[in-house]
Amino acid sequence: MAPGMIKKTFLAPLGKDNPVFVQILGICSTLAVTNKLENTLVMTLGVMFTTALSSWTISILRKAIPSRIRMMVETMVIATYVIIVDIALKAYYPEMWKQLGPYVGLIITNCIVMGRIEAFALQNKPTLSLVDGLASGMGYAYVLLIIAFFRELLGTGTLFGIQILGSWWTSWAIMIMPPGGFFMLAIFMWIVREAIFKEGSHE
Amino acid sequence: MNEFLFPLAVFFAAIFTNNILLTNYLGMCSFLSVSKELETSAGLGIAVTFVLAVTTAINWIVYHFLLVPFQLEYLRFIVFIIVIAAFVQLIEMVIERYSEGLYFALGIFLPLITVNCAILGVSLFMVIREYSFITSFFFGLGSGLGWLLAILAMAGIRQRLRTAKIPPGLEGAGIALIIAGFMAMAFMGFSGMITIS
Repeated sequence: MAPGMIKKTFLAPLGKDNPVFVQILGICSTLAVTNKLENTLVMTLGVMFTTALSSWTISILRKAIPSRIRMMVETMVIATYVIIVDIALKAYYPEMWKQLGPYVGLIITNCIVMGRIEAFALQNKPTLSLVDGLASGMGYAYVLLIIAFFRELLGTGTLFGIQILGSWWTSWAIMIMPPGGFFMLAIFMWIVREAIFKEGSHE
Repeated sequence: MNEFLFPLAVFFAAIFTNNILLTNYLGMCSFLSVSKELETSAGLGIAVTFVLAVTTAINWIVYHFLLVPFQLEYLRFIVFIIVIAAFVQLIEMVIERYSEGLYFALGIFLPLITVNCAILGVSLFMVIREYSFITSFFFGLGSGLGWLLAILAMAGIRQRLRTAKIPPGLEGAGIALIIAGFMAMAFMGFSGMITIS
């Protein structure tokens, strides 16, 4: 396997194949926690861990899984890793575990995880699948972290709970409430797509 | 709160003040992709409501009578997903056998439902909030109706939107998200009507 291949696999989901704003996958389970940067960071780390390792596991097993029941096997593997994340979080970071509530478990139904397995891991070697899963998780993570950055900064004037904007700042309460998440994602998608369209028209 | 009124309060809260889609962002994927036509939205919404109400009740029984006695709570993710998948499969077979019309109306949506995060989400919420059996059932039913309401409103707005001029970068999911944001703001008007934790 050429090292160029690994690099290419790694970079694609971070740019033009980004799962969130190009493929619009998997926003459901994580948008809800983007009102705080810290929650988002923990949550996206969980998603990265799950996508990378379940892609890797399925890729190792890909020749042994009968194709009729592959969805079931994939779900089981994903659920196993999510349980690991859930238990680890509960043991080492119980306050965060409480705040995230059901959303850790909802990583299972995050379309990105299953999507990468179906589209990539079933046809590729384990190492490459691991890289692809990790990169997809990262492509997803940075979009959500940007959204969370603006939501927390504008909504409460803080970052990671530390006061950044002074007392002159009037918090935009709407940003940390549910509509703020919808608006931020839409605006972010708008900016990115306009940029892509501009690039496309120059060619 | 009164023991008899609490399930009802949870039911209405799940539709209006704690709408599963507009306050918890659950079920977004199918919400964004299916809401283009009013009729298909209604079909999917009804299927989601039905599956939600029944699977939440089944999952409550499984969780409290199977997982808790054996201290296997950590297996709930896997068990809930299996219950949901199995139930959806079963419904599909029953409908196919007994009602062809219903099968063609709802059948295509059923496989979509297994991956709808709202279904698993409601079951997980039910466990965390420690609802009783009756409350869980009403919570599932209410969440489903809330989702149906949201997707119907969205489909109606999107049909009107076809003639509107939208910036190219916002077409499709972008404008749908902004509409969802406005809908969420409108639904915030209900807050204070019922408060449940």
